[in-house]
Amino acid sequence: MKDLSLHIMDIIQNSVRAEASNVELEIREDLEKDIYSIFIKDDGCGMSEDVLSNVLDPFFTTRTTRKVGLGLSLLKQSAEQTGGNLEIHSKEGVGTELEVQFSHKNIDRPVIGDIAGVMVLLVSANPEMDFVYKHCTMKGEYVFDTKEVKEVLEDVSITDPNIIQYLKELINENLNTII
Amino acid sequence: MAKVKSLADLKRMKEELQSKMDLREKSNDPESLVQIRVAMATCGIASGAKEVMEYLIEETAKRGIQTVVTQTGCMGYCYAEPTIEVQIPGKEPIVFGDVDIKKADQIVERYIKHGELVDGIIPVNYKTLD
Repeated sequence: MKDLSLHIMDIIQNSVRAEASNVELEIREDLEKDIYSIFIKDDGCGMSEDVLSNVLDPFFTTRTTRKVGLGLSLLKQSAEQTGGNLEIHSKEGVGTELEVQFSHKNIDRPVIGDIAGVMVLLVSANPEMDFVYKHCTMKGEYVFDTKEVKEVLEDVSITDPNIIQYLKELINENLNTII
Repeated sequence: MAKVKSLADLKRMKEELQSKMDLREKSNDPESLVQIRVAMATCGIASGAKEVMEYLIEETAKRGIQTVVTQTGCMGYCYAEPTIEVQIPGKEPIVFGDVDIKKADQIVERYIKHGELVDGIIPVNYKTLD
């Protein structure tokens, strides 16, 4: 993966497959403590302890189309290269929580990349799901909540290309004020 | 500094869109639209499926083709990612492999618009069950 936004997209695809209806993403940047953390929480079907214990194994997947499952392993490797770590908790029927920490200053920490593009693609591909994206830095925080957006849009579809383009600019401009 | 966009502006834009939408009849039946599914598992994302999907959404809208662009999982053709499945109403779905921006443009122009087949089709021997 080239950047963190692609990792995030990949991980959230797992939530989509777990039939989650709400996904929360929170990115925290703390330069004083040298932490760049990503927290993702869903209310999907969750995993049994057995699956959970295997989930970081690159040769484990629940798919039948191929025999490897690299998504989480790649993210874990990426985090560990900077001296960070990855933790995952899950409960069947409740949902899954994932927290990854990177060293903020480490040269091996990938850049965030096009996170706005990733968010709008997820939203447009899964219009029935709700996403909350919160980004906190030393300068402030920004929250993008699809529930709020849908309220404003009423009966206009969130998948309309004009709306998507607008949302992307909205996220980017707001992020630029705090990053 | 220019004003930062907010949800209030979105409301204005929505109203504009609504007035336009009344003129252009909007089909709500996905069966009658061209459906494009972009494979977006780890393998697809790592090979650039995101750019391809963004391009397809933008370009089909620009060229006035009504499509539904969605995501799907890995179809097992990791060697040929990014892959996309295109279903034109009334036709069997076709899977294209190694789709970059250039290929996506060809697929839109030649296959979706004119029904000509283009290179890079992955033969499949299954039917999608819904």
